[in-house]
Amino acid sequence: MSLYLEATIADRDVDVRFDVADGETLAILGPNGAGKSSVLAAIAGILRPDTGRGTLGDEVLFGDGVWKAPHLRGTALLSQDALLFPHLDVTDNVAFGPRSGGQSRSESRAAARRWLTEVDAWELADLKPSQLSGGQAQRIGVARALAAEPRLLLLDEPMAALDITVVPAMRQMLKRVLADRTAIIVTHDALDAALLADRVIVMDRGRIVEAGATKDVLARPRSQFGAHIAGLNLLSGVVEDGGVRTPDGSHVEGLSADPIADARAAVAVFSPSSVSVYLEPPSGSPRNVFAATVTALEPIGAQVRVRTAEVSADVTVAAVADLKLMPGTRVYLSVKASEVAIYA
Amino acid sequence: MQVPRWVFIPAAVGAAFIVLPLVAMASRVDWNSFFSLISSDSSRTALLLSLRTSAVSTVLCVLLGVPMALVLARTTFRGQSLLRSLVLLPLVLPPVVGGIALLYTFGRKGLLGETVDVLGLQIAFSTTAVVIAQTFVALPFMVVSLEGALRTAGERYEVVAATLGARPTTVLRRVTLPVVLPGLAAGAVLSFSRALGEFGATITFAGSLEGVTRTLPLEIYLQREVDPDAAVALSLVLVVVAVLVIGLVRGTRSSAL
Repeated sequence: MSLYLEATIADRDVDVRFDVADGETLAILGPNGAGKSSVLAAIAGILRPDTGRGTLGDEVLFGDGVWKAPHLRGTALLSQDALLFPHLDVTDNVAFGPRSGGQSRSESRAAARRWLTEVDAWELADLKPSQLSGGQAQRIGVARALAAEPRLLLLDEPMAALDITVVPAMRQMLKRVLADRTAIIVTHDALDAALLADRVIVMDRGRIVEAGATKDVLARPRSQFGAHIAGLNLLSGVVEDGGVRTPDGSHVEGLSADPIADARAAVAVFSPSSVSVYLEPPSGSPRNVFAATVTALEPIGAQVRVRTAEVSADVTVAAVADLKLMPGTRVYLSVKASEVAIYA
Repeated sequence: MQVPRWVFIPAAVGAAFIVLPLVAMASRVDWNSFFSLISSDSSRTALLLSLRTSAVSTVLCVLLGVPMALVLARTTFRGQSLLRSLVLLPLVLPPVVGGIALLYTFGRKGLLGETVDVLGLQIAFSTTAVVIAQTFVALPFMVVSLEGALRTAGERYEVVAATLGARPTTVLRRVTLPVVLPGLAAGAVLSFSRALGEFGATITFAGSLEGVTRTLPLEIYLQREVDPDAAVALSLVLVVVAVLVIGLVRGTRSSAL
C-alpha cells in the first residue's frame, strides 16, 4: 500500500513531503531531534499535523478536512520500547491485533503462534512480558505489529534500546520480515538503512536534507549527517568458508550472527574508522587486506576519509602527511575480521 | 536519606496517638458477652444493612467513578481543574453539610424532589437515601485513586493498542482497565470503607430507622446511650473490618507491579 505524506508540525518545526511505494521499505535517518519520530506519529495518527495531507493507498489519513482515528489507519507502530501489555502473556499480546480486528479467540491465538514462529520466538509463547529480555520483548513487539496485518509498518528506532549483542540477529529477522512489505524504519544507524531499506531520506532539524536510493545516499552523501553516518564499507558477494567472496576475488573474513550456508548472497560491512592504511603489505596478523589505489581524500571533521574504488578508510591528518597519501597512491587497506559484520 | 534521630520522638507520639485509643477501647470490651452483644437482633440488622448499602455504594462508585477518572485523566477541556476541585469537595466537606445538601436535592421539597416524586419514589429517609449519602462521600476516593493510577500508567499502552487496530472501547476494556486494576481495586476498597463508616450525611439525609436506614455507625451511636458495652463491642467489629480493608489495599498495592 503506497503512502503519500506532506505535513507541517509547527511546535516541532517539522515540514516534510515524501512517499513510499507499495512493498518498499523506507529508512528515515537523522540526528536526535530531527523530527523523525514526529513524522511517524503523524502517520500513525498519534499527532495531528498542522497542515498537509496523508494518503495510504486510496484512503485519506488526514487532510482535506478528514481525520482518521489511529485504530482505523492500519499503521502498526513499534518503538524502541516494545511496550508489551504487561497483563497479557506473549501469545495474547501477539493475538491482540487479530482479536481487535474481529477474529475469534482461537483464530487469533492461532495467528499469534504463526507470527511467533515467523520471528523465531514460538518458545516464548507462554511467558509474561516481565520474564523476557529486551531483545526477546522486541521480537514479540515485531510479531505483535505484524500480526495486526498493517498496511504500513512503522518502526521507530526498533533496535536503539537493545543490547548490541542481540542487534545483529534482530536485524537479520527484520530483513526477512520487511522484504516485500511496505514499511518505514526510523534509525540513526546507517547499517540498518543499508541492509533493510530500499530508499533513504535524511532529516535534519525538521527538514528532509537528502533523499534517494539507499546505495546512492550512502555512497555519495551530500548532507553533513549523511556523510557522518554513511561511507560504511559494504562488500557484497557469496559466502565461502564463513567469509564473503567478492566478485573481484578477494575473500573477506568477519563475524555473523548466525552461521550462513556457503554460496548464499551476503554482504560484509565495516566502518571506515576500523580500516588501517599501509604502503607495504602488512604481514603476520590474520587481517583482511585489500590492495587499492587512492581515488580521493576528503576531510571529515578532524579526520580524513581516504577513498579507493571499493573501500574507504578514516585516518588522521598526520597519517596522511606521514604516508604522503594523494590520489593515485598505491595502498594496502587492512581491517580486522572482528570489525567486519557479515549479513546474509 | 539519613533520618535525624529526634524525628523518631514525634513519630512515636503520633503512632501512640492513633494506636492507644484502639487499645483503650479493646481493653473495655466485655469478652464474656462479646458474641451475644454483637449478635443481638438490632446489631445484626445494622451490620447487614451497613454491608449491603456499602456494597451497593461501592458498585455505584465504580460505575460513576471510572468514567469520571477517565475524563479527568485522559481529556483536557476548559474548567477541568475547577471541575476536579468540585468533585473532590465531599472529601473536605463536613458530612452533615453533605447530608443537608442531599436533602435539598433529593428531598420532597428539594431540587429534584418533584421529579423523583412523579416517578413515585420517596428517597429521603429510605435505604436508597443511605446508599446516596454513602456514594456521595465515597465517590471522590474512587476518582482520586483511579485518576492517579491512570496518570502513573500513562497513555503509551493505549496508543500502541490503537495502532494495532483496537477501537477506543476495546482499548479501555482490554488495556486501560487491566493496567490500572490495582488502582481501581484500591479505590473500591477505600470507597467501601468510607461508605461503611459514613455517619453524618446518613443521619441527616436518611435518618435512623431500624432495619431501613440505621447502619452500624448509627447503631453504635445510639447504643452508647443505653448499652455502652454493646457500643464498644460493635465498635470493635468496625475496627476489625477496617483493618481487613487496609490489609486488602496493601495486598493490591504490593501486587501492583
